[in-house]
Amino acid sequence: MITAAESNTDAVSAEQRLRYLLRLADTSLVLGQRLSEWVGHAPTLEEDLALGNITLDLIGQARLLLAYAAQVEGRGRDEDQLAFLRDAAEFCNVSLAEQPNGDFGQTIVRQVLLDAWQVELYQSLVGSTDAQLASIAAKAMKECRYHWRFSCGWLVRLGDGTEESHARVQAALDGLWRFTGELLTPDALDAHMASHGIAPPLAAIRSRWEARIDAALEQATLRRPPPAYFPWHGKRGVHTEHLGHLLAEMQHLQRVHPGATW
Amino acid sequence: MYTQALDSPGPELASAVPAAEAERERRFQERIDRDEKIEPKDWMPEAYRQTLIRQIAQHAHSEIVGMLPEGNWITRAPSLRRKAVLVAKVQDEGGHGMYLYSAAETLGVSRGELIGQLLAGRAKYSSIFNYPTLTWADIGAIGWLVDGAAIMNQIPLCRCSYGPYARAMVRICKEESFHQRQGYEIMLTLARSGTRAQREMAQDALNRWWWPSLMMFGPSDTDSVHTAQSMRWRIKRFTNDELRQKFIDATVPQARFLGLSIPDADLRWDEATQHYATGPIDWSEFQAVLKGEGPCNRERMGARRAAHESGQWVREAAAAYADKQRARPASGRSGYAQAS
Repeated sequence: MITAAESNTDAVSAEQRLRYLLRLADTSLVLGQRLSEWVGHAPTLEEDLALGNITLDLIGQARLLLAYAAQVEGRGRDEDQLAFLRDAAEFCNVSLAEQPNGDFGQTIVRQVLLDAWQVELYQSLVGSTDAQLASIAAKAMKECRYHWRFSCGWLVRLGDGTEESHARVQAALDGLWRFTGELLTPDALDAHMASHGIAPPLAAIRSRWEARIDAALEQATLRRPPPAYFPWHGKRGVHTEHLGHLLAEMQHLQRVHPGATW
Repeated sequence: MYTQALDSPGPELASAVPAAEAERERRFQERIDRDEKIEPKDWMPEAYRQTLIRQIAQHAHSEIVGMLPEGNWITRAPSLRRKAVLVAKVQDEGGHGMYLYSAAETLGVSRGELIGQLLAGRAKYSSIFNYPTLTWADIGAIGWLVDGAAIMNQIPLCRCSYGPYARAMVRICKEESFHQRQGYEIMLTLARSGTRAQREMAQDALNRWWWPSLMMFGPSDTDSVHTAQSMRWRIKRFTNDELRQKFIDATVPQARFLGLSIPDADLRWDEATQHYATGPIDWSEFQAVLKGEGPCNRERMGARRAAHESGQWVREAAAAYADKQRARPASGRSGYAQAS
């Protein structure tokens, strides 16, 4: 169980619960949307299938979380209205999830950093005081463990493969590392959720995430980049330039045909 | 999905054979006639092997290239459910490609060689995938018509004389039948309960996919070069025209149910034959698309080559890592896949 800190007795409002659920839901949705761009274009047929599987898991997680978020919101919206009719500033995914695929190495690095985070987060969320969230986490946790095996396996092969693959994957790591601070630095909402036992304290996630990543980097013969200064705030709706384009593509049909059923 | 281009020129089938060889061929044909399955280690005429390699490879290539036109709509699928179903479907096509390449490998050719032939432009794939997917309704039309035509072609292949191919087809057919239903369900949603714009989208998709779908069955029987021998070998069980007719008869009422019209002014029910009769198929279009002059031949091959070339360093890295692991003492090897 996640234990509630005694210091905080303020109730969790529906709005706060909704915002927190959207952080999880949108991270899975946006990452799934990114990975789906690979289907049919991967380096081998096996990787086409694996990336397709991970995409399906992530979209599945997003659907469960968005459906629950819509219920918490209580305004009669459904998963699709939340996915297709919100603009970028209303999306609460962490900024790392929306970063472009780049080459296969960059996709793998992004995946490794997020998989390690999702594995740790969902493992803890299984003990959430929010029973609905706990049951979604129990399913997501198993999926994310598989994703981690896949991405970590590739990180090691690429890092410890050829000179070229090592250089590419190190460059990807250097480029994406600056987005990891957001995963692990709590803001007021994270802290509030943790104080009610709805979510784990991010400090605990940070140490486990770092242990996982350090072990993987060592095996992959990669160097951990230094901490970066700039704080990203995707989870509060302040995104990088990439999300607007991703949503323009994803939401196109729903926007052009308002109210239509598909 | 499926390739229709089975009748394209391949190696010469009949050639002078010595007497002992002729006796083996006679016994082989007897096994076929008894409906026995031929297995990879069994003796088979070289021409039978080559015909199968060509057919299975064309089929596998079609699955892989076929991922592209539908993949074109994954990022724009209009609901999360539709997105998940489409990803799963495109993934199934990739899986079909994998089983089929494996089936071809039992005949002594590697997946790498076959893919090399495709990328070099020396192998064919189904002409249907050289048409563009312009709207969401095309995803419905492909499932309904293209997968529908594929099923007509493939059900008889489950009884094909070559065991590994026949067995691969059993699983593929089950999945294709699901694909066909999901395509028709998209069309139902658009055409029966959709807005006016959605109905127009559905009709437009039928207009563009109808004739290319009929061409999927390959040239008319009178122009088909390999049909007779393939039928003797029980690789093929029905002729192109028989299968095409079966497809037309099944599909015309489905279009009516959707409230859509088939884009053929000559289409009529023929009381005498108890079949639908259609207007003439424009075989010059079919030949042009096969020769590489279809609307998307360049794009499809360009995308396959780009994926192959940009994945080269990844495949090299995986091979280099595997070599290093083999060279390391067992104690130094690491299970990189860290569970939990």
